[in-house]
Amino acid sequence: MDMLIIQIIIPIVFLVGAYLIGTLLLERRHLNSLNIRESQCRDMGITNQRNVTRPESVEKAFYVSGEAVIATDYFKSFVAGLRNLIGGEVKTYETLMARARREATLRMLGQARQAGAREVWNVRYETSNIRNAGRQHKGTSVEVFAFGTAVIRKQT
Amino acid sequence: MILVNTETIPGKTIVEVKGLVQGNTIRAKHVGRDIAAGLKNLVGGELKGYTELLTESRRQAVERMMAQAQELGANGIVNVRFTTSAVTQGAAELYAYGTAVVVE
Repeated sequence: MDMLIIQIIIPIVFLVGAYLIGTLLLERRHLNSLNIRESQCRDMGITNQRNVTRPESVEKAFYVSGEAVIATDYFKSFVAGLRNLIGGEVKTYETLMARARREATLRMLGQARQAGAREVWNVRYETSNIRNAGRQHKGTSVEVFAFGTAVIRKQT
Repeated sequence: MILVNTETIPGKTIVEVKGLVQGNTIRAKHVGRDIAAGLKNLVGGELKGYTELLTESRRQAVERMMAQAQELGANGIVNVRFTTSAVTQGAAELYAYGTAVVVE
């Protein structure tokens, strides 16, 4: 009976808890905040093109970056673990990656905006898997790093 | 020192290329942070401690790269790139590289 509690009931409690708190509450809250901040940044130009157009009108160009480390929750890791058995699309991790990437992008844009720039050129992304990479059910964390060149135009 | 990740510095001309400059740093997290991150893996969300650590480490790699460029007599670095690799469990290497140039 004791073994049953440890092996089955505790993981189920964790799963339900992680689903309610992590996926339903925290993730939704984060997505809402991302939507709000993205709509505030809509006036900014962001591109991964290398060559800045009209270089003669550039007053200042400088490097900006942003990063975010996002952890999976127990529920997401569990679902991904099940997915590994039959293969296919791991939807729970897709939202995780998207959140990290959007957060990093917003931080980069924020840095540019604070310095007075409204454009970011040559945006690049770096992704790395830190902590417990590959270990099942231990959960992983992803780091997304975004960087680019912010441009301030001359006043005309 | 002007840092950009484009091939040229918009609005300025490159008069001399000084060559490749680089900076790296390897950082480990302390156990306390690892434990906190382990707990965070239950409910998910951002690991603020790690974000800060990586931001700071990356800044250090960039500073080392800038110091190297300064030694070469450059006043700008173009085409800046980054890579990250996990060297051992719990430690990450952050590497920044670019081309040192003289601009006017």
